[in-house]
Amino acid sequence: MSSVPDDLRYTKEHEWLKPAGDGTALVGITDYAQESLGDIVYVELPKPGAKFAAGATFGVVESVKAASDLYMPVAAEVVEINSALESMPELVNQVPYAGGWMLKIRVADATAVAKLLDAAAYTKLV
Amino acid sequence: MTAAAPLRTALHGWHARHGARFVPFSGWEMPVQYTGILEEHRATRTAAGLFDVSHMGEATVSGPQAATFLDHVATNRMGDLGVGRARYTLLCAPDGGVVDDIIVYRTGPQSYLLCLNAGNTTGDLSWLGGHAKGFECEFLDASASYAQLALQGPRAVEIAARLAPSTVSLADVPRFSFVEIVLSGATMLASRTGYTGEDGFEFYLPPGQAEAFADALLAAGADLGLKPCGLGARDSLRLEAGLPLYGHEISREISPLQAGLGWAVKLDKPGGFIGRDALAEEAAAGPARRVVFFVLDDRRVPRADMVVSADGKPVGRVLSGTVSPILNLPIGSALINRAALVANAPLTVDVRGCAISMRLAKPPLHKQ
Repeated sequence: MSSVPDDLRYTKEHEWLKPAGDGTALVGITDYAQESLGDIVYVELPKPGAKFAAGATFGVVESVKAASDLYMPVAAEVVEINSALESMPELVNQVPYAGGWMLKIRVADATAVAKLLDAAAYTKLV
Repeated sequence: MTAAAPLRTALHGWHARHGARFVPFSGWEMPVQYTGILEEHRATRTAAGLFDVSHMGEATVSGPQAATFLDHVATNRMGDLGVGRARYTLLCAPDGGVVDDIIVYRTGPQSYLLCLNAGNTTGDLSWLGGHAKGFECEFLDASASYAQLALQGPRAVEIAARLAPSTVSLADVPRFSFVEIVLSGATMLASRTGYTGEDGFEFYLPPGQAEAFADALLAAGADLGLKPCGLGARDSLRLEAGLPLYGHEISREISPLQAGLGWAVKLDKPGGFIGRDALAEEAAAGPARRVVFFVLDDRRVPRADMVVSADGKPVGRVLSGTVSPILNLPIGSALINRAALVANAPLTVDVRGCAISMRLAKPPLHKQ
């Protein structure tokens, strides 16, 4: 069984979002997603400052077998990217909810976060 | 309409018990990986890997004209193949396109065993069965009679030898030769062949004995680092080694000469073969495009059908792509117009709008 922490929000496309309480949030992909993808060998991320609409493609994750798009959970501006993934993309496999985070974002509309799936709803999906 | 249920090999339950993740492949439900493609790939290069390849098809040809028939359909020489020897060949259509690439085993003076690609088995059976009618030979589908296990890697022969009777030296079986042998109670054909670029054996045995044999091999190789490996590692291993995969480096549209497999096409074979005239014409003119292998000094991974350009103009496309777990670099194969290769123009591959320089390389890519 893949892990679904209670304190995160989720999308149907298997991204997670962790609000920091100051209008920013961390974004990554779920344990289920990393397990389905298999060994991750490259993560392509946007530049800080880039703005995305909810559901827009913000990057690509490459496993040995295939490339998959990454989707922004809510409308947001990228504040920071996890540069460790450049040399250690395997962190997404090893610690998807910790060192494998991808983006720090500034959420455009805080109410959008509450509309994302909670852990119970996401667990039903996977 | 519902899709047909996927076929399962005799080792399906064994795979599940070893933690396999399954994927659909050519109508079969096959393990793509157990612990991870990178780990399984590296285990095969450094120690040994065990692969279930029972989805491959098998057929037998026997009779006074078995050799004549095979020489008619195969591009490589079949009549002079010694008993106990195996040989790679293409089956071509009259236009020179590839119907399949297969391994032919000569099991007796008038009998052969053929190993067919899973995705082509149905087509091969009707293609070969149709052509066999003109010859004094019996052509039979033997796919249900065999499970097939591949044991590959630098320690593979040593592991297999641990199960062999003291009277038989598996290490002395030459490459592309096979023996009939009893290993852990099962009578099988052990062939010094493979699809990874490593030394090793491929075993053909009754499906009912496959599980016990897989267990025996895994136990025999545990201390040497043997790991069960899925189709994911099989694909990255064969690509690193520069071995063609049907539907990628060869197909009905990509001839053996374009694929660099001219060594397996004997244009001067007495009596000719299906596709001979088209291939002779192509050889005389020079193939208009060629399959090349390459490495990228980048992190982005090339994938099939991505466009290859020279001076900003498209000159070909990617056929296969992955990451080499040995080089830790993206690798692949591509089909390139001859003019671009002759001009020696710098080639780039377009990965999501980014033009990445291709470094052409001669396989095995992992030994660069």
